[in-house]
Amino acid sequence: MEKLGAEQLSVKSAEMRKEILKMTTCAGSGHPGGSLSATDIVVALYYREMKHKPDNPLWGGRDKFVLSKGHACPLLYAVLADLGYFPKEELGKLRTLNSMLQGHPSSTKTPGIEISTGSLGQGLSVANGMALASKLDKSDSRIYCLLGDGELQEGQVWEAAMTSAHYKLDNLLAIVDFNRLQIDGFVEDVMGVEPIADKFSAFGWNSIEIDGHDFEEIISAFAKAKECTDKPTVIVAKTTKCKGVSFIENVCDYHGKTLTSEELQKAIGELDLVCNIETGEER
Amino acid sequence: MTEEIATREAYGEALALAGEKDNDVVVLDADLSKSTKSVSFQKKFPDRFFNIGIAEQDMIGTAAGLAASGKKVFASTFAVFAVGRTFDQIRNSIAYSMLPVKLAGSHAGLATGEDGASHQALEDIALMRTLPGMIVACPADGVETKSLVLKSLELENPLYIRLCRLKTPVIFGDKYSFEFGKGSVVEDGADVSIIATGIMLSKAMEASTLLKKEGINARIINMATIKPLDEDIVLKAASETGAIVTAEDHSIVGGLGGAVCELLSEKKPSSVKRVGVRDRFGESAPPEQLFEKYGLTATAIASAAKSALAEKDVQK
Repeated sequence: MEKLGAEQLSVKSAEMRKEILKMTTCAGSGHPGGSLSATDIVVALYYREMKHKPDNPLWGGRDKFVLSKGHACPLLYAVLADLGYFPKEELGKLRTLNSMLQGHPSSTKTPGIEISTGSLGQGLSVANGMALASKLDKSDSRIYCLLGDGELQEGQVWEAAMTSAHYKLDNLLAIVDFNRLQIDGFVEDVMGVEPIADKFSAFGWNSIEIDGHDFEEIISAFAKAKECTDKPTVIVAKTTKCKGVSFIENVCDYHGKTLTSEELQKAIGELDLVCNIETGEER
Repeated sequence: MTEEIATREAYGEALALAGEKDNDVVVLDADLSKSTKSVSFQKKFPDRFFNIGIAEQDMIGTAAGLAASGKKVFASTFAVFAVGRTFDQIRNSIAYSMLPVKLAGSHAGLATGEDGASHQALEDIALMRTLPGMIVACPADGVETKSLVLKSLELENPLYIRLCRLKTPVIFGDKYSFEFGKGSVVEDGADVSIIATGIMLSKAMEASTLLKKEGINARIINMATIKPLDEDIVLKAASETGAIVTAEDHSIVGGLGGAVCELLSEKKPSSVKRVGVRDRFGESAPPEQLFEKYGLTATAIASAAKSALAEKDVQK
């Protein structure tokens, strides 16, 4: 698969953001906020970093992605559909009866979903199990796990963080989508989790802090993670909730609230602008 | 004297055998490997054994990740922690993802004894029965445990194996072969049926001897798989004997007794008595004293059988 460069990645992100907003507005529910904040990270993973075959989702040599913050699945669905894991028409059936696209990821229903998630705090443990299996199999398959910052309030995350370090899982990369918001408000007001990178370092991890919307930084952090041996790596990616849509950025309510059709048109207009600027169609 | 072995001991031995048979077998424990006996596997296959520490929820997630990668994973700890503390992790990471993880809960029931109520799982069968796709098994002796563990390597569903701390009599011969979802008639009889699981099977067999002295012939059924329940053997027992007793070292709520009642009330209403812990917590004491106090004895089973019989006669 062709690896996209930084400019192509930002166009792809804008396209994915449009899909996220369209499918959640169409469904009338879902989680746009945390999908939009993590878009650039997940796009960089699937269109550049990870080894995978959309036409063979269970290919043995693939890298694996665990979406621990399962509510951000509209993002993952948009990416998987764009890559051809399943037909794009499925996106319009999100959260409807008999759809393969559940409100939170289901590995038995959707091609490309490695594990069912949605109950927060569980993904890193699962990723550890996959990383251990990869080591037992002497495979070069790497495991990627995306967590939310609010999710770090779950105790199981820190149990898992100990396990990753104890078993020296250097084939595991955790990424924290540090968007500072959770349902009830700012993470630091609800239950503070900072300093995140220092906490992981204290747990024996290699910690990297980046701007989660800067593709050069994302790509370089992925490379640094691969160079680190005998330790798991965490990328703490500073992001903006609802990134890409000016009038809802950093607005807590849009964690689990969808846009009205008028707002959607406005948002798509903004995102189209990004696509056009990047591709040079309009200048 | 009858040979005795704890089912947890047999579990450890079986794991070591499974490890020899299949390179994909991986075993996890949460700091209780010496008690659950998974240490027998660790000694032989240290590279395929991972101690996750005192972190049961993480152990369940790790097991899910290994199973999702094709490993045949056994994860063991005390039953209270194995499925009580970790219910949500089992529900979402294992059962909802339909991963064939094998969870082993040792030290189940009042048989745990002196450690007291905090450590006596009396609701573990009930919890696991509610999860779609989950197989729930409770072997009666060491022989059955070994056979069950080895057969579980081929399962596509998640499995909960309930094990006991206490040494219990060996009931089955070396050639015994366990089958998931099948109960078996251990002694035939036409007056009343006693359906038992786990360590209560040997007590049910003792109860049968007591009943014979009073001229009552009991059919003793071993129900090692509680889910999926062998409906045929239960319905046949209800039709042919008309009176049923269930026996388990577990709460009467949601366990074997609950499962049998659910089936019979829908398909063959019968006279049923449940022997088990009657919706209360246990306490610290030697197991035999607890069995006496909480009514989990051969005498209690025999007396339940007589009242089931009496009610059957009234219904006639």
